Amino acid sequence: MPATFTRHQVETEKRDTGYGGKPPVDRRPTGGGGGDDNWDSRSSRHGGPRELLIRYRLAVLSGLAGDFVFFAVLVSAFFVRPTAGHIDAGANFVSDWHPIAIPPILWINTAILLLSSLTIEVARRQLFHEIDVMEEWLGLGRPAVKRAAPWLLATILLGGLFLAGQWIAWQQLSAQGLYFATNPNSHFFYLVTGAHAFHLLLGLLALVFAMAAIFRLKKVEMRQIALDCTAWFWHAMTLFWIFLFILLVCYQ
Amino acid sequence: MNAEPAHSAAPSHGFLRRRVFTTEHRALAVLYLLIGLAAVIVGTLLSLVIRIHRVWPTVPFPLYGILRPEDYLAVVTMHGTLMVFFVLTVVPQSAFPNLVLAEQIGTRRMAFPRLNATAFWITLASFLALLAAFFVPQGAPISGWTSYPPFSAIAATGPGQGAGMDCWLASIALFCIAAVASSANFLATIVARRGPGMTFGRLPLTVWSWLTSSALTVIAFSALFGAALMLFADRHFGTSFFIPAGEVINGIARSGGASGSPMLWLHLFWFFGHPEVYISILPGMGLASALLANFTRRPVLGYRFMVIATLMIGFLGLGVWGHHMFVSGMNPYAGTAFGLTTIAIAVPSSAEVLTWLAMLFRGRLRLSTPMLFTLGFISFFISGGLTGPILAQPALDAYLHNTFFVVAHFHLVMAMAGVFSLFAGIYYWYPLLTGRLMNEMLGKAHFWISLIGAYGTFFPMHLAGLAGEPRHYAQLAGPVESFPSLIPVERGITFAALTLAAAQLIFLFNVFRSARHGDRAGENPWRATTHEWSPDLHPITRGEPYVYGPYPGGTKDFLPQWELAAPATSAQPYPSGAKPE
Amino acid sequence: MNWLPPNGALHGIGFDDLLRWNLDTIFWLFVASQILIVLALLLSGLRRRPAPVPGPVRARSFVAFLFTSLLPLLAITGLYIAMVVTSHHLWAVSREQASARHAVQVEVTGVQFAWYFRYPGRDGIYGRLVPDLINAPAGNPLGLDPTDPHSRDDIVSPVLVLPAGRPVDLRLRAQDVIHGFFIPGMRLKQDAIPGMIGHLQFTPEVPGVYPILCTQVCGLGHARMQARLRVVTPSEFQQWLAAREGFALSTPIAEVPAQSAMEERP
Ligand code: HEA
Ligand code: HEA
Ligand code: CUA
Ligand SMILES: [Cu+2]
Repeated sequence: MPATFTRHQVETEKRDTGYGGKPPVDRRPTGGGGGDDNWDSRSSRHGGPRELLIRYRLAVLSGLAGDFVFFAVLVSAFFVRPTAGHIDAGANFVSDWHPIAIPPILWINTAILLLSSLTIEVARRQLFHEIDVMEEWLGLGRPAVKRAAPWLLATILLGGLFLAGQWIAWQQLSAQGLYFATNPNSHFFYLVTGAHAFHLLLGLLALVFAMAAIFRLKKVEMRQIALDCTAWFWHAMTLFWIFLFILLVCYQ
Repeated sequence: MNAEPAHSAAPSHGFLRRRVFTTEHRALAVLYLLIGLAAVIVGTLLSLVIRIHRVWPTVPFPLYGILRPEDYLAVVTMHGTLMVFFVLTVVPQSAFPNLVLAEQIGTRRMAFPRLNATAFWITLASFLALLAAFFVPQGAPISGWTSYPPFSAIAATGPGQGAGMDCWLASIALFCIAAVASSANFLATIVARRGPGMTFGRLPLTVWSWLTSSALTVIAFSALFGAALMLFADRHFGTSFFIPAGEVINGIARSGGASGSPMLWLHLFWFFGHPEVYISILPGMGLASALLANFTRRPVLGYRFMVIATLMIGFLGLGVWGHHMFVSGMNPYAGTAFGLTTIAIAVPSSAEVLTWLAMLFRGRLRLSTPMLFTLGFISFFISGGLTGPILAQPALDAYLHNTFFVVAHFHLVMAMAGVFSLFAGIYYWYPLLTGRLMNEMLGKAHFWISLIGAYGTFFPMHLAGLAGEPRHYAQLAGPVESFPSLIPVERGITFAALTLAAAQLIFLFNVFRSARHGDRAGENPWRATTHEWSPDLHPITRGEPYVYGPYPGGTKDFLPQWELAAPATSAQPYPSGAKPE
Repeated sequence: MNWLPPNGALHGIGFDDLLRWNLDTIFWLFVASQILIVLALLLSGLRRRPAPVPGPVRARSFVAFLFTSLLPLLAITGLYIAMVVTSHHLWAVSREQASARHAVQVEVTGVQFAWYFRYPGRDGIYGRLVPDLINAPAGNPLGLDPTDPHSRDDIVSPVLVLPAGRPVDLRLRAQDVIHGFFIPGMRLKQDAIPGMIGHLQFTPEVPGVYPILCTQVCGLGHARMQARLRVVTPSEFQQWLAAREGFALSTPIAEVPAQSAMEERP
C-alpha cells in the first residue's frame, strides 16, 4: 500500500469564537423562530459553541436512545414472565412467578433520585444563566460555576445515597433468601435494578468528572457541555428508574 | 510509491501514529476495510468448506481431515456470523462512512474522532473474540448465527456450546457496543457537522442512507446487547430468562426449575436481526442511486422520493421482525399482522428498484467497473428481493421456512447484492485511498465471472428449497430422506461457488496491484458532483447533490456541489434556482 | 414446481396452487426486470451521443417520474396486496381455527435427535410425564409416569401413523432444544419449542409414506433427525391402534412404554 491514503492533509479545526464572540447562553442566537436545523433553507453553523453543545447533546441522546431500547428489552422479559409456568411432577401447573415484596426502602430511594434530578437541573441552569455566563466570558471571575457547584455536590451526595439505598434493598432481599437465580421475578428484579445501578455508577463518575470540569476547564462552553450532558444522562436515569419502579410495584 | 509527495510530508508522525493509532477517519476506514477483508477471506473459505462437504462428505480436508457433523455446523455458524457482522456491517456501515461521510457533508472531521477510533478498537477486539472460538476446547458454536436457546443457553446440548458459545457471545456484545458508539458519532456528525450550505435537502443519498442505518443501528444493536446479556446470565448466573422448566438434556433432567421462554429470545433476536439486514443493505442502496446518476450522467430521479423511501424502509424495518417466526408457534394472528407489515416494507424497496430501472433508460450508460457492479447489485436485489414477498406470506412460509429457499433468498439479496455494492464502492472510491484507479480490464473480468458464478451458486438453491431440503444439514442423505434428485443440483452449486470464490482472487490481485501500478486518477476521475471529490478543504455547498446533464455549449456535463451554477441565461438548463430533478 | 415432493394433504392442493402462481409471477417479474437491465445497456450502446435536454427540466422529469416509477409502483403494490389477500385464506383455515371435533390426537415430541409420537389411547387422555423418569434406553423416552392411570394406555411410537381423510390435531413438544417439525409431503411445518405446547392441524388424504424432517438446527445429529409418516386407510389405522392398545393393556404398567417403543424402527 502506498503511503498516502488521503489526498489532502487533515486540517485541524480552526478555533471559532462563536457567533461574533457572543457568549454561549441558553437562548437561540437568532432570537425567536425556528430551530437550528431546517430541512431546506439553512445549514448547520460551524464551530460555534452552540454547535458544539448540540453535537454533544446529540451523541448523548443517541446513546440514551440505545439505552432506552436496552432497558425495554430487559423489561420485555418481565411481560413474558408472569404468564410462564410449568407442569410439575404431579402434573399441576405451577406458576413460577413469585411476587416479591418490594423493600420499602425503594420508596425512599425513589424520592432521593427525584430530588437529585432536581438539584442537577438547578446546577445545569446556573451554568447557562445569562448574566453570570457573560461575566465568565469576559473573564470577570466565575460566578456561574460558584453557584452551580453546591448543587452539583448535592447531586453527587444524593446519587451516592441512592446507590447505598439500592444496596440495602438487595441486602434485605437476600436476607429473605431471594437471590439472583432464585425465581424469575428475582432474576428480573436484580437484573433491572443492577443494570440501572450500573448506569448510575457511571453517572456518578460523570458527575465527579463534571465537578472537576467546571473548575478546571478553561473554556466556558466546555464547562457547560460537561455539566449539560451529565445532567441529561442523569435525568434519563431518573426517568428510567420511575418507569422501572412503577413496573416493579404495580405489576407483581 | 507515493502518489503526491507533498502529502507525505506530515512531520513528526510515524507510520503507526498516522495509520494505526489514529483518530483520522480515513485511516480508520482503511483499518475497518482490513478487518472486513480478513473476515471475508475466512468467511469465504468457510463457505467453500460448506459447499465441498455438502457434495463430497467423505473427502478429507487438508490439515484437518474429514468433517464431523458438528464441525459442519460450526463452520456454518461462523460463516454466517463473520459475513453478517464483520463483512456486511463493518464495511458498509463502518468503513464506508469513515471513508467519505464527513467529506460528503462538506466537513473534514467527524463529530467525535476519539469515540470513532474507540469503536474501531472495540470492533477489532470483537473480531478476535469471535475467531478465538475456533481455538477453544470443543471449538466454535454450532447453533447458527441466530443462536436460539435453549440450545445456545446450555453447554451440554452439544460441542461448541460451551467455551465457543461464550466467545461468540462476548464477540457479539463487544460488537454491539462498538456499533452503537460509531453510529452515535455518525448521527451527531450528519446532524451537527454539515458544512456551510449543506442543508438536509442537499445531502447526498448515501448520507441519508447512513443517517437511517445509523439510527437503526443504535436501536437494533442495543436490543441485541440486552438479549446477549440475558443469555449470558442464563449460561453463567443460574437465571432462566430463556430456559424453560423441565429441560431434559441427553436424558438427564436439568435441575432447578424456573421457567423461561425461548420465544423471548426469538423476538429479541429478530427485533435486532431484521433491522440488521437493512443496516447492511441501505448504504448499498444509497450508493446505487449515486452511481447511477454519475454513470448515466443524469440527476437522480425523484431525489425526495428516494429520501422518503429510505426513511420509510428504516421506519418500517423496525416492525417486521415476526416474519422470521411465522412457524415458531407464535400466535397465528401475529403471523398475519407481521405478514402485512412485511409486504408494506416491500413497497418502498420496490419504489427504489423501479426508480433505478427508470434511471437506466436515460442518458448514455458508461460501463465502467463501478457501474457494472451497480447493475449487478440491482439485478441481485431484484432477484433476491422478489422472493421476499413470497416468504412474507405465512401460508407459504410454512413450507419454505428454514429450507434452502430462504438461503437462496438471503444470499441473493444480502450476500450478493450487498457484496456487489461493496465492490462498487471500492472500485469507485479507490482513488481516494491511493490516488490511482483500479484496473478496468481486471475489474470487468471480476464482474462477469462473479455475476455468473453468483447466479450459478444461488439460483439453483431455490430448487433445493422447493424440494424441501432444510438448512444446516451436514449431509444431503439422512436416514429417511436423501433427496436423490438434488445431487446434481448440489454439485452444480458447488462448482459455481468455487468459480465465484476464484473470481475474488482477481479482485484481490487488482486491489494490491493497482495501489502501485494503477493509472493516476487525478482530482475527480469520475467527474462526480459530491464533496468527497472536491479539491477544496472547506468546501461550501452551493447546490443539489446530483446535477448532471449536458450543458448546451458548456464544456462540462456536471455541476459539482462546490461550484456555483453558471450565471443564468435562458439557454442554460440549470438556472440557479431551478431544481433539476 | 415439480421439485416439490408429491402432496398428500388436503390443504396441500390449495398450497400448491398458491405457490405456483406466486412463483410464476415473480419468475416473470424477474425475467422482465433482467431484460430491462440488458435492454438499457443495449439501447445506451446504440445511442451515439447524449440526448439533448429539451424544455424545462423539471416538468419533463415529473412526467417521466410518473410513468417510470409511480405507476409501476402502484401496479406492484397491487400485486403484493393480491398475494397477501389470496394467501391469507389458506393461513386462516389452517392456523387460525380450533381443531376439528373428532380430530385424531397425536402428541409429537422432539428430542435430540429423534421424534416420538404418542397416542392418548382409549381414554383419549395423555398420561402424565415426569422428566426424571425419562430413560430412552430403558424404553421410556418420554418419561411416562406408570402410576398415572391415563398413561397406561398411551402408545409411544417412532413412526407417525395416521388414517387418511380424517383431520389430525398434533400437539408439539420438545424435551431439550427447539426442533423444527417438517413434513414436506404434507406442506406442514412448525417448531417444537421446549416449555411450550404447539398445535398443528391438517388432514392427510393420500395413503403412503412421507419423510418427517427436522428444520431447526438442534445439534450434531440435526441432519439425522428424521422419521416417517405413514398414512394408511382408516381400517388399517384402527387395526394398528388396536394392536398397540391391547398390547399396552395386557402388559404390566412399568413395561408399557418399553413394549410400544419397540415398534418398527425406520
Ligand atoms: C454477507 C453475507 C454472506 C455472504 C457474502 C455469503 C457467501 C456465501 N455463502 Fe453464505 N451464509 C450467510 C451469509 C453470507 N454468505 C448466512 C447469514 C448464512 C446462515 C448461517 C446460519 O444459518 O447460521 C449462510 C449460510 C450459507 C449456507 C447454508 C449452510 C447450511 O445451512 O447448511 C451455504 C451453503 O451453500 C452458504 C454458501 C455461501 C457461498 C458459496 C458463498 C459465496 O458467495 C462466497 C464467495 C464470496 C464472495 C463473493 C465474497 C467476496 C467479497 C469480497 C472479496 C469483498 C472484499 C472487500 C472488502 C471486505 C474490502 N452460506
Ligand atoms: C440485506 C438483506 C435482506 C434484504 C434487503 C431482505 C429483504 C426482504 N426480505 Fe429477507 N432475509 C434476509 C436478508 C434480507 N432480506 C436474511 C439474512 C434472512 C434469513 C435469516 C436467517 O434465517 O438466517 C431473510 C429472511 C426473510 C424471511 C424469513 C424467511 C424464513 O426464515 O422463513 C422473510 C419473510 O418474510 C423475508 C422477507 C423479505 C422481504 C419481503 C424483503 C423485501 O424488503 C424485499 C424488497 C424487494 C423487492 C420486493 C424487489 C422489488 C423488485 C421489483 C419491484 C422488480 C420489478 C420488476 C419489473 C419492473 C419487471 N426475508
Ligand atoms: Cu432437531 Cu434439528
Ligand atoms: Cu427479516
